[in-house]
Amino acid sequence: MDFQVVVLAGGVSKKLLPLVSHELPNALLPVANRPVLSYVVELLELSNLKDLIVVVEGKDTALNVGAWISGAYADRLHVEVAAVPEDVGTAGAIRAIARHLYAKDILIVSGDLVSDVPIGAVAATHRRHDAVVTALLCNTPVSGPLESVSSGGKDKAKKPGRYDLIGLDPTKQFLLHIATGAEVEKDLRIQKSILRSVGQVEIRADLMDAHLYAFKRSVLLEVLDQNGEFHSLKHDVLPYLVRSQLKSEVLLNGTPQAEENGTEKVISQSNQQMLSQILANASEPTFHLRHELSTNGSDSVRRTHKCCVYIAGSNKYCARLNSLQAYNDINRDVIGEASHLSGYSFSSHNNIIDPTAELGAKTTVGPHCMLGEGSQMGDKCSVKRSVIGRHCRIGANVKVVNSVVMNHVTIGDGCSIQGSVICSNVQLQERATLKDCQVGAGYMVTAGSDCKGEVLTKK
Amino acid sequence: MKDQSNSSKQQKPKLTKAERRELQEAQRAAKAAAKGEGNKASATATSANARPAKAVKPAQKSDNASVAATEKKGGDFPHEKDRKKDVPQPRLQYDDKSRVEKAKRRSVVKQTEARNRVELFRHLPQYEHGSQLPDLEAKFFDLYPMHPAVYKVGLQYISGDISGGNDRCIAMLQAFQEAIKDYKVPPEKSLGRDLTAKIGSYVSFLIECRPLSISMGNAIRFLKSQIAKLPLTLSESEAKTSLQADIERFISEKIVLANKVIVKHAVTKIRDGDVLLTYGSSLAVEMILLHAHELGKQFRVVIVDSRPKLRGQQLLRRLVEKGLNCTYTHINGVSYIMHEVSRVFLGAESILSNGTVYSRVGTASVAMVAHAARVPVIVCCEAYKFHERVQLDSICSNELGDPEVISNVPGRMDVNHLNGWADIENLQLLNLIYDAMPSDYVSMIVTDYGMVPPTSVPVIVREYGREQVWI
Repeated sequence: MDFQVVVLAGGVSKKLLPLVSHELPNALLPVANRPVLSYVVELLELSNLKDLIVVVEGKDTALNVGAWISGAYADRLHVEVAAVPEDVGTAGAIRAIARHLYAKDILIVSGDLVSDVPIGAVAATHRRHDAVVTALLCNTPVSGPLESVSSGGKDKAKKPGRYDLIGLDPTKQFLLHIATGAEVEKDLRIQKSILRSVGQVEIRADLMDAHLYAFKRSVLLEVLDQNGEFHSLKHDVLPYLVRSQLKSEVLLNGTPQAEENGTEKVISQSNQQMLSQILANASEPTFHLRHELSTNGSDSVRRTHKCCVYIAGSNKYCARLNSLQAYNDINRDVIGEASHLSGYSFSSHNNIIDPTAELGAKTTVGPHCMLGEGSQMGDKCSVKRSVIGRHCRIGANVKVVNSVVMNHVTIGDGCSIQGSVICSNVQLQERATLKDCQVGAGYMVTAGSDCKGEVLTKK
Repeated sequence: MKDQSNSSKQQKPKLTKAERRELQEAQRAAKAAAKGEGNKASATATSANARPAKAVKPAQKSDNASVAATEKKGGDFPHEKDRKKDVPQPRLQYDDKSRVEKAKRRSVVKQTEARNRVELFRHLPQYEHGSQLPDLEAKFFDLYPMHPAVYKVGLQYISGDISGGNDRCIAMLQAFQEAIKDYKVPPEKSLGRDLTAKIGSYVSFLIECRPLSISMGNAIRFLKSQIAKLPLTLSESEAKTSLQADIERFISEKIVLANKVIVKHAVTKIRDGDVLLTYGSSLAVEMILLHAHELGKQFRVVIVDSRPKLRGQQLLRRLVEKGLNCTYTHINGVSYIMHEVSRVFLGAESILSNGTVYSRVGTASVAMVAHAARVPVIVCCEAYKFHERVQLDSICSNELGDPEVISNVPGRMDVNHLNGWADIENLQLLNLIYDAMPSDYVSMIVTDYGMVPPTSVPVIVREYGREQVWI
């Protein structure tokens, strides 16, 4: 259908710092024991999109990601992994791979999106309106407890702006205004021309930009070329396109169609005008057309372009893994309410226990839990709402509540882990108590230590 | 194909023996022609043989029910060699369960039947309108053989972004132009047959999105005849550019130029001091009014509008912007305002062979009131919308719209008496889209072939409707 898909898998982000590292980039961070990138790839595969370009920051990270992808999806998909230098931002990433893009429309998906929204619907909306950009909006996820404690430092005053302010037209099809988290503190500026043409703008704070965009390729590349300082798609390119939708300066049709094929296809100028007038008078002229027609008479032709939205249904799940809090939430959701996303089948107790996992005597694994392969649990343990990775050795009398434990972790007897994230290859000695902590990879927590809300990493 | 026509014949009242014999002869002739056709490597040059081959080809495709409906909706002109075309096949009647089941299995768009269907209109398709668009959108990437431009047009039909005979026709033809441009002949197949089959599949998809209008049926027939007439010596790219040029010429001559000619004829009927009435929003009428205003004639316009679409408001906006003196009223006030009116200009969706004018619902009422008040009614319609069908009422063939839009008034939340109408078993909502106006009400028809009385329509269809004379 003339669409190309680009997955922006990022690199090693600072916001997820104790969890990600050089060996474990953003994209491969495990959610419910699957790398988060696999959710995006599966979603695309479900929609029959088998040709992907995955963009990763940093050469080594790219090799890492590429190795995993070819291991997991070699036969089913055709994936090209492109490496871009670090810190170029999403706009820079697109600039770097511009020469690989040839289709009429590009679908840009962020690699940390966990969702089950049908991508075909976004693409269809994009095509139907002949839009320049279509964004996917979903309901803002309700964040769990421990909101700002885990975000490094005791900076309680700075609340991360996790919501966007979105301005929609009355029919909820067009995007009139978008302001992302950080700018929300300042005043809101809306173009008067837009307000005048549409008449009614609905500003919503409960919708979130899911970072899944469908762009018209020629327009996107043109905007990126002309504005070299644009760093991020979401913060720069999208607001620019939305602001300028009634005063469009982008050339909508690529090369001008002055040349014909040399047959007698001669259409007089007036015929062409009338034809476009007929089509413009079609049933429901959008406010773009009304604006265009009303400014007739001025010598410069006002062109407009359309920015559309697709609002995901409320029964669809959509979340982005861009902070530690989100990591905890998504893990909980994927084994909890959004369990259809995880792709595993649940046992009768509503949890997933791998057949090779061993449970000791009197060990309970509660509902909404996951136990990876080869893990061993000692006696009298209790696991509630947690994810435990592969090949873990967990001693006796251990309580794991609301946490994520990755692979190859050794937990001594009598430990108690609550609301924490423990990365791979960590060793917890006896009677360690962790509450709302993040333990980086390869760390060793000494026996009897009692940590609350700390980030423990190897120096 | 013959089984189908036989089973469908059983629905109609029994034909006389002579008619049945005639039908059988014609079918035998068609079969012999098709067999002779199949022996040759590619489509023959003579259009006579190509026509049965072309007609048989789409029928032999898997989704033949709807395509046959399209084919035969236009009917075919009597040709010396194939008399079976004299009797057009009946369209798919939606109260025939087995054929509906067959069509549904092949369909691309998932349709759910509407609840509370009106008994009188059971033969027309009636589907729930809410679920079609999201369902089709979700399948966007699954429908690989469908060309994106055609898919886009289908989406626009379902969502109502494009409605109105001319607009739908132009959008469809432009989508076909793009599809032809991207078309590549598969190896060992002839361009003519394969392209015709592909166009047939696109058409059946569009029918599922929204039933074809008569003008669209004529345009499709034109396109298929042009494909059939392609000389074999042309290379693929030459054939494609020739077809694209033909479509372009069709649009510019039959629609754009035709409207200009209509305007030129009709402005002579407008005198200073006239009060002109129009209903809804018709392109031809709008152009006439604007042109007359440019020529400096002094007249007033009364625009009559009706729910649920309220198309007249857009016409009103455009006329007022140009400075015309307008009055706006709804159809319940038409008998009051008719006393002031000196002429009525109406647009049409199609004009049938007995002079019946088939247009938006409400037009017939306006014409009847005008007739009672002895006001001349002038219908403006391009000739490509004429059809040789005869229709006596607006029931046997019509289109049913979404009943939800009748039950609520946009912007008036307090008018909610019909909320939950679907649960009430003996309440059925009917939203007819078209109605048929008898020829007695029409004083004159302005077409691009001149100003003619309604009795001249079959003449125009016969003389100028042959495919040799299309362009």
